Formats: sequence, C-alpha cells, structure tokens
Amino acid sequence: MCSREGTPPVPDATGLEQTANALRDRNAESILGTDFGRGDRAVLLVNPAHVIDTLTYLKTEGYTFLASLHGVDYYPDEPRLGVLYELLDMTEVDRITVKARVHTDNPRIATATGLFPGANFPEREVYDMFGVVFEGHPDMRRILMPEDFEGFPQRRDFPVGGEPVLFTYNEENSYGKWI
Amino acid sequence: MSLDTADYRKREESITYSAEPAGEGETHELLTLNIGPHHPATHGVLRLLATLEGEVVRDIKPIIGYVHTGIEKTAEDKAYWKVIPVVERMDYLAYYFNSLAFCGAVETLLDVEVPPRAQYLRVIHLELNRIMSHLVWLGTSALDLGAISMFWYCFRERETILDLFEMTSGQRMHTRYFQVGGVMEDIPRGFAAKLRTFLADMPNRADQYADLLEKNQIVFERLHGVCPLDAETLLSLGVTGPLLRAAGNPWDLRKAAPYCSYDHFDFKIPVGTVGDNYDRYRVRHAEIYESVKIISQALEGLPEGPYITTDRKVALPPRHELATSMEALIHHFKLVTEGFRVPPGEAYYAIEGPRGELGCFVRADGSSKPARVHMRDSSFVNLQALSPMVQDSYLADLIATLAMLDPILGGIDR
Amino acid sequence: MEIKREPLSGPGAPSDFRARQLMARDMLRGDLEGEALERYVKENVLTTTVEKAVAWSQGNSIWPLTFGLACCAIEMMSIVGARVDVARFGWEAFWASPRQADLLILSGRVSVKMAPVIRRIYDQMLEPRWAISMGACCSSMGVFNNYALVPADKFLPIDVHVPGCPPRPEALLHGILRLREKIHGTERDGWRERYHAVGTEEVLPNGTTSSASDAAINVFPGGDTAGA
Repeated sequence: MCSREGTPPVPDATGLEQTANALRDRNAESILGTDFGRGDRAVLLVNPAHVIDTLTYLKTEGYTFLASLHGVDYYPDEPRLGVLYELLDMTEVDRITVKARVHTDNPRIATATGLFPGANFPEREVYDMFGVVFEGHPDMRRILMPEDFEGFPQRRDFPVGGEPVLFTYNEENSYGKWI
Repeated sequence: MSLDTADYRKREESITYSAEPAGEGETHELLTLNIGPHHPATHGVLRLLATLEGEVVRDIKPIIGYVHTGIEKTAEDKAYWKVIPVVERMDYLAYYFNSLAFCGAVETLLDVEVPPRAQYLRVIHLELNRIMSHLVWLGTSALDLGAISMFWYCFRERETILDLFEMTSGQRMHTRYFQVGGVMEDIPRGFAAKLRTFLADMPNRADQYADLLEKNQIVFERLHGVCPLDAETLLSLGVTGPLLRAAGNPWDLRKAAPYCSYDHFDFKIPVGTVGDNYDRYRVRHAEIYESVKIISQALEGLPEGPYITTDRKVALPPRHELATSMEALIHHFKLVTEGFRVPPGEAYYAIEGPRGELGCFVRADGSSKPARVHMRDSSFVNLQALSPMVQDSYLADLIATLAMLDPILGGIDR
Repeated sequence: MEIKREPLSGPGAPSDFRARQLMARDMLRGDLEGEALERYVKENVLTTTVEKAVAWSQGNSIWPLTFGLACCAIEMMSIVGARVDVARFGWEAFWASPRQADLLILSGRVSVKMAPVIRRIYDQMLEPRWAISMGACCSSMGVFNNYALVPADKFLPIDVHVPGCPPRPEALLHGILRLREKIHGTERDGWRERYHAVGTEEVLPNGTTSSASDAAINVFPGGDTAGA
C-alpha cells in the first residue's frame, strides 16, 4: 500500500470474527472459515449454497455497495472455482470480501442481481471466463467471447493460445504472404 | 453448457411490441436498430441494440467483447514486472491508474513501503493522466454533439501533457513508469519548469473551453435535463466516479480512503445536483481545475529521497552499483530473469480512476508469476447504467448520454 | 555589414519575366512557332500517363475510414490534431461510411469477435482501397500473444504495417507517407537503397535468394534463429 497512515478502518480480525459468528448464529453451515490477510483484508469463506443469505445480512449491516464480483481458478486446489464478492461500506469506509468456492462438475451459485443489480455484467463475465452458472440471472450468456466459443478461457487449464511469430523460414506456409 | 445462436438472437430482442394501444386494424411494432460496433459515435467498438419506437429509445442492450484481449490471461503468464505494461493497456486513457492499481496490490502483498518522493511523483503523473483523460473525453464528446472545433483545442493540451510524459519516461502512452515499489526513474531537469508553465496555462484553457461550450444554446439544450439518473440507482448498479458525483453523492476514494499521499493535498470534490448530462459534463470539467491544484501542491512539496524502494529484492539496483557490488549484480540478475517472488495471498487494491473505482485483484501463489490478475474496471460496471439512463429518451440523447458516460472499451472488454 | 544590391538575372529577373509575358501573349494569339513553341511547351506543360495522374490525385486525397479499435485509435486521433497535421496531405476527411472511404487504418487490437466485422467493412469498401495495420497488435500479435487476438494479415490484405505500441503520430505519418509513395508508384526499397546494400541478400534453405524488397535479413540456413 502506498501510505500507512490514512489507512481506512477495515474490519479487524476481531470485528471479522464477530461478523462471522453472527452469520454462524443465523445459519450454522454458512461460514466455512475466515481469513484476515495482508493489507487488512477480511475474507469470509462461505458455503456456496448460502451466499445470498450472507450477502443479504451484510447488506443490512451496512455493506451496501458491491465493488467487484470476480472469479478465481484455484487449480489445483479443490473446490476449484471461486467467486469473490468485494463489498464496501461507504459510510464507514469498510471493505469485506465474501468468497464462495464451487467444484467444476457442478458450478452453480445463486445470482446476486436481486440484491445488487450491478452484478449483472460481472456475473456474465464470470460465466464466460470460468463457467460458473448463476441461477436466476436474467441474461446468462457470454459477454466477452463470441457466442459460439467453446471453453472457458480463464480457467488455468485452458491454454494461453496465440499465433507463431513469423520469420522468413515459416512465413511461406503461414498467413503472412498475400502476394 | 452451450446455448445455440437462435436462442441468443431471441434473448437480444427484448420488447418487440409497443405498450401503447394501436389504432383500428393497426399493429405497432418496435424497431430494433443495431448501432455499431463500427459507428463513429460509440467511443470504441461498442455495439448497442436499441429498440426504438419512432425516435424514442425504449430499451437498449449493450453488446461488448469486440476488443477483448485476454489481458488477464496473458498476465498470468508473465512475471510481475512484465505484467505492468500488459495491464496498462486495459483502460487505454488511464494507463497510470491501471499500473498503480496493479502495483499497489502487489506492494500490499509484498509489504513494500513506497518512499514519499515516489508517492508524490506518482500523484503528479496520476493527476496529469486524469486531466488528459478528461481532455480526450471532452474533445470526443463535443465531437459527438457537433461542436467539432473542441477536438483540436483539447488535443492541443493533450500534446503538452504527453510531452511531459515523454520527458519522464520516454513514451507518450503506456509509459511503464510506475514500478512495484516506486517509479522507474526520477524526473529529468526541465520537467518542473515545463510542468509549471503547463499548470499556469491549463486553468485559462479550461476557462476557454467552458466559454466555448456553455454559452452555446444548442449544447445547453442537448445536455441540460437530459437523461438524469438518481444516486440510489447508480449505487445499486455499482457506479462510482464522476457519474455518481454528478448525481450528488460526493464519494471519492482519494478523500474517503486516501492512498498514495492524497491526504497531504488540499483539493475539493466537484459534486453535481441533478445527475443529468450537464452535471456530468460540469463535474468532469471542474475536476480538471482540482487536478491542477493537486499537481502544483505536489510539485511544490516534492520531497527529496529515493524514487523507488531500496529493497533490492523487489526493485532493480542503480546501474552504478552493478560495477562494484556483487550482491547488486546477483539481485539484478534474479530480478531480470525470474523476477521477484510474492508470498501466497490475495489483495484487492482500489483507487479512484477518471471514471470511478478502479480496483485490481491479485492472487499470488508464491511463484514469480501472478496466479490471477483481475481489474475491476469502472467503465465495465458503469455501462450497466446506460440502459436505465436512456429509457424513453430520444436517439440523439442516447448518443449524447453515451458520450457523457465516458466508456472506454479497452477497460470494458479487457 | 555591407548590403549589396544587384539586379536579378536568370529565371526570376524582370527582363525574363517580361520575355515570358510576351511569349504567353504570342501563345494566346497563336503566333508562336517552331522552336519558340517547343520551348514554351517544355517549360509550361507537363505530360504524364493517365495512371500516374490518377495515382497522384488518389494519393493526395485519401479518405480514411473512422475506425478506431483501442489505444492506437487515440494516437490516430492525434494525427488529425494540430501538431501532426494529416490535413497537410489532404487526408483529413475521415469518413464514417465504408462505402465512401478509401483507407482502413486498423488501429488497435483485433479480437476474435471483431475480425468478421472488420472483414465485412473491408468488403464494403470500393476499389481502390488500402489498409494500414497500425500498431503491433494487428501487425503481429503485439504485446498479447493469446487466444483472443487475430493478426490482421490473416483475414485482410495489408499494405503497410506500422510498428509501435502505440506508434507515435509521427510514426503513423511515416507509414502513411510510405503508403502514399506506394500509391504513387514511387515505392522505395528502404534501407537497402539508402545504404546501397550489396551482398546482403539472404540465402534461403533451398538455395534460392529472395529479392531485396520483401525478405528479412539475418535468417540462418535451416530456419535456425539461434544466435541471431
């Protein structure tokens, strides 16, 4: 981080544990773990079946702004596909992250568009890049890749791809020469 | 999980029949008009499927992906140092912001302290970039409205700013100036003088732009009261930046969660009232003045010291050390061939870009290449606000609103 | 410093001017004959072929298509700006409709989704048409050699490739001037001609030499570029 002083108060470890306990009181199996990382980063690891309950509770607690919704491929750790919700409390300038991890064989999570309409495009992007299907999304289709593209590019086992660099020895057989 | 193309076509047409009752023996049908991806007014390759009833837009669906470059995937393949130029090319008018978001995230993971001189230099370049982005926005938006000569005036200032960038880094765009731990090089002799001339000039020029545009009745009528959107809808959609500030919410990460020494500077946040196109234009225009203020304060208060962290495991040693010190040589070698290794962890670093919150999520797995780099780009989320904004307004207002939204397709598509 | 005043002699001299006036008057009256007529024609009339004249006018008034994809588009917009002014060459009429444009400047990265759109736009342009591939991303793959990009050569015949990321406006202008020379038919061979390069032709693996203007240098036999 650029400057230590002026760092906003993020839920510290005890605050995070209190939030996690409050969530566990509501639903025993929702929180799978907490993590308080570098840069005062508070992460709640959530059971994917209870993501919407957690987000609803956090929204009532003041985290009303969904800053980012993105996917991560944790290959080779299982469960592989993670969906991260970065929430922001604007009145207290607090950030908290909700992480839900799903397996590749059944990558389904309920959509957050009911709570945060701004999750529309990001969820389509996570579907496009990782293959996580958000149930209840009004328009679940690819957003960045062409519609008939096969495969989910940002998974770690998808190759980077690319074209070979043209030199004189291989340009006759490749696309480089038109004349 | 593949859906066939016919399904896509059906999903892209939203409403086909008008809600208004038709006359005797008539049917109303709405016209689906495809705007783009190649269209002079779409600010890049944005495709809009507009459902029109006469000249009134009833629904709009943006279709993106026409400049998707797979930058995030490419970034997983490169060392952290090499990711910086790749990630800079996302939002191609805010390249310093892209690199700061990434460098900030990596510095968080590495727990590296950035020296104060580097922070001030970063602020100078960031605010210059903000002015430049707003100038390009102003030039191209005025072009869309028909006020064509604004384009030349704005690009004239832009050339001066790019000359300043070229003085510090050698490149006009995508300068790779910010590095993990600081900046690449100190500012050369003559930079401060040239910057001062520019800062003395810029407020006058901005006044001239205001004079050109605001006293014009046509510009006024095209922007005033057109396509407003209130702050709650914008917040629920995740929109930040000048769009949110135009609607009345003074949220700015430079003041709310200061990073990179922004709390050392005294500046104001321009805020609008109604949230229509005119407010959006005025907020961005006023931000130019505030940026000039920040840069002059940073230039006057520029502290002495190193311009990059002295931690040799992260930053390259200065060249003269390579001749005398063995450790410097080994550090240089390791950094250039493999790169520094970042301990496992995740970080999300958010800054205030010219279009809103620009965040970078980096997941490190202990190796010298990042395991996941994701940019939360402001234009990507702001584009969701286009549809509620232009409901029931004219097609010409759609073009003006799209200009005032300031979408940058490089950031949207990444 | 002494100022010397001398009457002009040669082509700009007043006497010469008077003589030319008289010659022009005689020409109009039809009084010039023989050698005087031949001299007049040689001085005042230019002969060329239709192709050259057409090519000259085409090269000096190309209408580029407003086609910006990514970062290079911003630098392309700078050439329209006042510092590097493309209107000097008559190219300032950027046209939005492909059917009325001559030149497609591919400025920026061509993604997989955009490639068929570009091809369609290129097909809509009428002959004669040219294409400049601006920047590293469309010429080769540029900074991003990955699944999402297509090099422009794969679906479009490109006349001039302009390297850079993004190319400076002056670099793009250099590419534009090379295209203009190509249209005029005065294409240069580049560095080989400038340095009178002799003996730098390369020998390809099957023993033939390639011509000077379209091959790369320093390719070792067998296609092995190690040590290049």
